[in-house]
Amino acid sequence: MIEVRDLEKSFGPQKVLSGVSFRIETGESVVIIGRSGCGKSVLLKHVIGLLKPDAGQVFIEGENIVPMDERELLRVRSRFGMLFQGAALFDSMTVAENVGFAFRHNLKLTPAEIRQKVASALDVVDLPGIENKSPSELSGGMKKRVGLARAIVYQPEIILYDEPTTGLDPLAADSIDQLILRVRDRFNVTSVVVTHDMRSARRVGQRILMLHEKRIFAAGTPEEIFNSKDPFVHRFIEGVSDPKEPDF
Amino acid sequence: MNFLANTWVGAWLEGLGRVALLAKEAFASMLRRKIEWRDLLYQVYFMGVKSQSVVLITGAFTGMVLGAQTYFQFHKVKMDTATLAVVSVSMCSELGPVLTGLMVAGRVGAAIAAELGTMRVTEQIDALRTLATHPVDYLVVPRLIAAHIALPILTAEAIAVGIGAGYLVGVHLLDIDPTYSWYNMLKYTQTSDLAVGLIKSFIYGGIVALIGCYKGMNCSGGAEGVGRATTESVVYSSITILVANFFLTLSLGAIIHSL
Repeated sequence: MIEVRDLEKSFGPQKVLSGVSFRIETGESVVIIGRSGCGKSVLLKHVIGLLKPDAGQVFIEGENIVPMDERELLRVRSRFGMLFQGAALFDSMTVAENVGFAFRHNLKLTPAEIRQKVASALDVVDLPGIENKSPSELSGGMKKRVGLARAIVYQPEIILYDEPTTGLDPLAADSIDQLILRVRDRFNVTSVVVTHDMRSARRVGQRILMLHEKRIFAAGTPEEIFNSKDPFVHRFIEGVSDPKEPDF
Repeated sequence: MNFLANTWVGAWLEGLGRVALLAKEAFASMLRRKIEWRDLLYQVYFMGVKSQSVVLITGAFTGMVLGAQTYFQFHKVKMDTATLAVVSVSMCSELGPVLTGLMVAGRVGAAIAAELGTMRVTEQIDALRTLATHPVDYLVVPRLIAAHIALPILTAEAIAVGIGAGYLVGVHLLDIDPTYSWYNMLKYTQTSDLAVGLIKSFIYGGIVALIGCYKGMNCSGGAEGVGRATTESVVYSSITILVANFFLTLSLGAIIHSL
């Protein structure tokens, strides 16, 4: 269970989040939508403790992670897997070393067992046999898949996706969505997906939270959000800007 | 005091404090955590073996020019055979460690800042943290230990090559008497001179690695930020080495004299 209470965050004079509160139950699949630059990724980074809020609390399974130092947070983060916007693969390592990174100090596993786990994680993301390639040889979609394999290989309880389909063609984006659903169903994980891709939001979310004006502006099931009568939510879903108030 | 916080003095003090905290975290991690031996070996190779050519060329030409210049002055007062002693003492306690430190700051400090800076702006450092790995354990500690190992060895090489080159120039080019030169060099060069040089180089290794890691891990703003971090890493490491050298010369000299 993830619970965020009254989160506030500023970068210099610019306030990004103000009074953000929500709760995500175990096993739930939640999508956070909002305009580019509204603070979705910042919010996601607070959930895993990569950023510290100015005020507010973040509870992971009832434990407030805000006052924890970096070493204490490492323990909490072992429950998480995270897929980054640009995949964030370690470019000095091969695909196999990237995916098996989490096991490099695990003395209980033999190298053969680690190889086996890496191979089966790559199988899940439909990229078998690319262990020896380097990240620079992969396309954008493949990098995201390898990033996902790295996030799921140690079977975390919660997976965070930071704009998983951004920058991908519609077919690659669809296959990433399918993967998110497959991972959710196969490993029974809690998924939090940050996106501004409405097709993706509708497909993978059991619940949608909309971040706007520094807070959770709207929340509900995909049907509720997509049928919302609120003018801003409606415009956002339909992708229609207001000619009187150009949104850029 | 508040007005200070917004000036460059405030920013400088804040940076110094952050480097000190990074150093504390790194040394604590070194004592408590498992060292990444593979990364450490690679870093020793990258910092030590790969820096040899630049350090040896610097040492050799410094030794040669120092030998020639000292000879030109000493020749006027008929002290030709003291030339090599001056070269030896200068190379051991000052020029060897300082020039090696500066060359390594330019080569290795810049590379560390650029590599870690790129990792920072492409979220690879955040990815490390999500994989339950402390960036200090994984990135800083191997580089810090490697720099502590590599710098004294490189300095010893620079000293040896510098003295050898000074000898060649003095004896074969300027016709100084080799026997008296050698005798005077051994007579006036103390073991403590060499010890001071190696202690200094050990400290400069820490300066280069820590400032490079700090600048890289705290850079922001994409490619421009990485470029700025790289430049600042070289500039700050070089200045810190030169300033630290003055205080180390005084303090190590006082310690040795009191022994």
